[in-house]
Amino acid sequence: MNTLDRAVGRSTETTFATNKVIKNTYLLLSATLVFSGMMALLSLYLAVPVWTYTVSVIVAMLMGIFVLPRTADSSAGLGVIFAITGLMGFGLGAVISMYLNMPNGPQTVGLALGGTGVIFLGLSGYALSSRRDFSFMGGFIFAGMLVMMVAVLANIFLQIPALQLAIASGFILLMSGFILFQTSQMVHGGETNYIHATYGLYLSIFNIFISLLQILGIFGGDD
Amino acid sequence: MNIWLQIASAAFVGLLLFFLYPAAKHWMQNGPKAKKGDWQAAAIPLLLVVGFVILLIAMVR
Repeated sequence: MNTLDRAVGRSTETTFATNKVIKNTYLLLSATLVFSGMMALLSLYLAVPVWTYTVSVIVAMLMGIFVLPRTADSSAGLGVIFAITGLMGFGLGAVISMYLNMPNGPQTVGLALGGTGVIFLGLSGYALSSRRDFSFMGGFIFAGMLVMMVAVLANIFLQIPALQLAIASGFILLMSGFILFQTSQMVHGGETNYIHATYGLYLSIFNIFISLLQILGIFGGDD
Repeated sequence: MNIWLQIASAAFVGLLLFFLYPAAKHWMQNGPKAKKGDWQAAAIPLLLVVGFVILLIAMVR
């Protein structure tokens, strides 16, 4: 009986910790998305040039590689995640401004935004409600990201529209898989740091939005 | 794109590859293997995403 009590107690503790990670992750993700949106509006208002996007993303990702892992276990991590997402949002404003000036631009941006929301909520809801363990997808997702990075590297210089379309499509699939993977990691205790979890999910949402913008921009253009 | 921005972007993607490779190697070698039905459970929502993106494309064309 005593052993059973202890086992139930441990299980309750684990469930409580898991639910806390999930709750904190979604709270922080919501806050960072709102902040990111405000920064995008600011850069739209300031009409910053398009290269701001590249510079902002590079600086933000460098912070994600070098600063975030050192601060994610302390309260400083919260400031760092807001700095990263704010920078990425600021860069996003420059791209959104470019798309808004295209034919059907507002429709393209609106559909990309709505589509990203539907994809994220649908996949997160599925991973949370099914409670399946998608950690088997880890190898596939990381290998896929390596392939995508090589393609991105090549297309920086080649600038082939068809390759750009393939990269954007590949990113949507990979990032969708990553949402399933990351959410199931939180549910099954593989990810216990809500700042890391938020960063991963934010990057997925960001990449899906940018990729959708590119795809819809290509197919929705007049030419 | 400005040549310096291209070079900076390429250097950055190279750095990402450098940092991503060990994680990818770890997950490919030590990651949990799929059980029966696992890939099907993942493929269904991913196919729905593909269908949804096709629907969005049809809406802008």
